Amino acid sequence: MFKARIFFYFWQLKILIKNYFRQKKMSKILEKEFFSKNVVKLVLEAPEIARTRKPGHFVIVRIDEKGERIPLTISAADEKKGTITLVIQRVGVTSAKLCNMNVGDVIMDVVGPLGTATHIEKVGTVLCAGGGVGVAPMLPIVEGLKKAGNRVITILAARSKDLIILEDQMREFSDEVIVMTDDGSYGKKGLVTAGMEEVINREKVDLCFVIGPAIMMKFGALTTKKYNIPTMASLNTIMVDGTGMCGACRVHIGGKTRFVCVDGPEFDAHQVDFDEMMTRLGAYKEQEYEAYQKYLQTVEA
Amino acid sequence: MENIIDYLKAERSQEWRAEVRKRMKAKERTSLQRINMPEEDPDVRNKNSVEVNKGLAPEMAIAEAHRCLDCADPTCITGCPVGINIPKFIKQIEVEDFAGAAVTLKETNALPAVCGRVCPQEKQCELNCFYTQKLDKPPIAIGYLERFAADWERNSGKMSVPKTEKHNKIKVGVVGSGPAGLAAAGDLAKYGYDVTVFEALHEVGGVLKYGIPEFRLPNELVDVEIETMRKMGIKFRTDFIVGKTATFDDLKKEGFQAFFVGSGAGLPRFMNIPGENLNGIFSSNEYLTRINLMHAASDEYDTPVISGKNVAVIGGGNTAMDSVRTAKRLGADKAMIIYRRSEAEMPARIEEIKHAKEEGIIFMNLHNPLEYYSDENGRVKQVKLQKMELGEPDASGRRRPIPIEGSEFIIDVDTVVVSVGVSPNPLIPKALKNLKVTDWGTIVVDPDTMQSSVPEIFAGGDIVRGGATVILAMGDGRKAAAGMHKYIQEKIQAN
Repeated sequence: MFKARIFFYFWQLKILIKNYFRQKKMSKILEKEFFSKNVVKLVLEAPEIARTRKPGHFVIVRIDEKGERIPLTISAADEKKGTITLVIQRVGVTSAKLCNMNVGDVIMDVVGPLGTATHIEKVGTVLCAGGGVGVAPMLPIVEGLKKAGNRVITILAARSKDLIILEDQMREFSDEVIVMTDDGSYGKKGLVTAGMEEVINREKVDLCFVIGPAIMMKFGALTTKKYNIPTMASLNTIMVDGTGMCGACRVHIGGKTRFVCVDGPEFDAHQVDFDEMMTRLGAYKEQEYEAYQKYLQTVEA
Repeated sequence: MENIIDYLKAERSQEWRAEVRKRMKAKERTSLQRINMPEEDPDVRNKNSVEVNKGLAPEMAIAEAHRCLDCADPTCITGCPVGINIPKFIKQIEVEDFAGAAVTLKETNALPAVCGRVCPQEKQCELNCFYTQKLDKPPIAIGYLERFAADWERNSGKMSVPKTEKHNKIKVGVVGSGPAGLAAAGDLAKYGYDVTVFEALHEVGGVLKYGIPEFRLPNELVDVEIETMRKMGIKFRTDFIVGKTATFDDLKKEGFQAFFVGSGAGLPRFMNIPGENLNGIFSSNEYLTRINLMHAASDEYDTPVISGKNVAVIGGGNTAMDSVRTAKRLGADKAMIIYRRSEAEMPARIEEIKHAKEEGIIFMNLHNPLEYYSDENGRVKQVKLQKMELGEPDASGRRRPIPIEGSEFIIDVDTVVVSVGVSPNPLIPKALKNLKVTDWGTIVVDPDTMQSSVPEIFAGGDIVRGGATVILAMGDGRKAAAGMHKYIQEKIQAN
C-alpha cells in the first residue's frame, strides 16, 4: 500500500515536471461578474499581454483541447496584477462556454496582444458610440482619448436597460455620457444614431468612433458621413489564427481586400463594406445554430 | 567545404564500407529494379485520412539499398539542402544497421521522418543520383529509404537523441516552430546553446501541423520528432508572438543574445477578382488550418468548416493538391484542380499529382477563374472560367499562360479554395523598424550566414524566400545556426 502511494507521488511529480518543461502557460480566471444574464466580464491571468497591450488590441482565446479559436477585444488590463479583462456575450457555443466558466477555471490558450493599436492623439472633440458589448472594447479607447487631452462624449446604446454595461467606468473618462435604449427602459429612447445626430447638431465633432454590432456600425458610419466627420470602426470578423495567416477575416475596405487581424481591427468606417462583412459573419450560421442546440442539450442534461 | 569533402572521403574509406561495396558487383547492383512504395487503395483512402504511402518493409528497404553504388563522388549529396551523408545511411540499411542509419540522418537533419515524406526528391538528391545522371535509369529511392530508417527507429521505441555540446548557458531565441525554426533550434542545441522556440499558434510544428494533411504527414509523427528536440533541452513557448507578446528588446533584457526568425510566409494571396470574398471561398491556409490544426471535420471539435459537393481548388502547387485531396476526403463528389498552365508546369511534386489522379481528382488545366457568382445567401454557387494557352517562357522559365478570348464558360461550385501562393508574414518586419526588407516584404539576409541588417537577427525559410519547400527552409535554418554560432563566439572573444 505504502509503496503504491510512493509510486503515485512519483508519478504525479513526473507529470508536474513534464508540464513545467512544456512551458504551457494557461490563463486562470480570477474574477467573474455578470453584467446581465448573457453578458459576462472575466478577469484573466495574462501577465505578458497585460504589460504590452494597448487600446484596440485583441486576443485569441481557445478554451480547451477541442475548442475553437475566437477573437476577443481586451477591454482593460492591470499591469501590476498581470491581468486582462474580457467582456463576452453569449451568442454561440464558445461564448456560452466562456460565460459558464467560473473563478479558478483555466483557459487553455490566450494569445496576444493582436491587431494594430488604436491611433490616439489630441484632435479636439471625439464622439464615441458603443453598442451592446461593443462598449467593452470602446472603454480603453475612451480612456486613451481622454488622457490625450480630448473632450470625449460617449454614447452607450443597447436594446434595453439590462444590456447597458460599464456605465460607471465610462463616466470616469468621459466629459459626457449619453445613454440610449431602443425600448426607452433607461436613458433616452431611440437608436444610437439619434444620439449621435443630437451631439453633432449641437457642437463641432472632430472625430468619431463606432463599435458594436455590424448593423449598428453601418448606420453609425452613414450618419457621420452625412456630416463628413472622420470615423473609425472596430470590426469583429471571424478569425482562426489572428496573425494574418488564414484570411478568414478579410473584408473590402475602400475597394481593396484587407485583413482585419493585421491591418485592423480599426478602419475608416466610411470605407468599410459592412454588407459584405455581415454576409461573411453569417458564413457558419447553420453550423453554429446546430452546434449551439446540441450544446444546450448537454448543459441541460 | 574542403572539410566536408575530406570527412565524406574518410567515412567512405572505412573498412565496413569498403567491404560492403565488394559484396556485389556494380553491374549486378544496376540490374536490380527500383522498389515501388506500397500505397493504400485509392478508393479506400479518398474517404479517410490514413497515410497514402505505407512505407517499405525491411526486406524491401535492404533490396533497394543494394542498388546504391556508394559512388566515389556522391553527387546525390550536392542535391540535398541539408547535406545528408546519403551513401552512408543507405549502406547502413544494406547491412541492416537501421538504428545507425537513423543516427546518420539526424547528424544533419532534425526531421528525417518528415523529409522522407514531403521532400521533392525528384528535384534534389534523386535528380543528382548517378542512375538518373549517367545510366538513364530510375534513381535510388533515397526518400523512401530515409523515411524507412526514421520510421524504423521511431517504431523501435528507442529514439536516439542527438549529442549536444556542453551547455554554454547562452540564451538564443527561435521565432516560429516550422521546419526552418526546428532545424535552426536543433543545430543551436547541438552547439550547446540554451534554445527557446517561440510559436504563435497553440501547437508546435508550423506548416507541418496546420498545412500538410494527415494523409501525407501524420501529426503524431511531427510530435515524436519534437519530443526528441525537447530531450535535447530545447524549450518551446506556444501562444507567444515575438514583437507582440514581448518585443525583441524585452527578450534581449531577459538575456537572449541572438535570434533566428523563421516566421514563414503568413499572408495568403488572393486573385482580386469579383466575388472572391463570398462565403464558401477560402484561402488554402484557412481551409487546411481548420481541418488539420483545428480538426473541423471531427464532430468532437468546436471549429466548423464548409466543404461542399463541388469543390474547385485554384492553383497547381503542393498546397493545392493537399487542399483538393482533403476536399475529396470530406465527401466532395467533384473535387477539381483549376490551373492556368499545363501539367508540365505544375510546381507540385510528381507523386502528389499521381496520387490525386488515382483518387479521382478532376484536373482542369489551362483554365483560369474570372469571377464568382453568389446564391441568395451570399454563398458561392458558380465560377466563370476562361480557357488558356501557353506562350513563350516567362521570368520563372515556365511557359506563360495566355487567355483565349471568347472561351469563357460557367460551372457550378459550392466551395472554392484559393491556393495561388503566399506573401511573407508582416508581423516581424513591422516589429523591427531598422530591419531591411525587400519590396515583397521578405527579410534581406547575407546568403552565407543568413544574418539580417540587424546584427543579432538571422532569418530563413519562407520569410526570406517568399514561398518554398520544407527542406529548403531547413537548409536555411542550419546555415543560420552556423552563422549565429560564429557571430556569438566572435562577440564573446571581442569582449
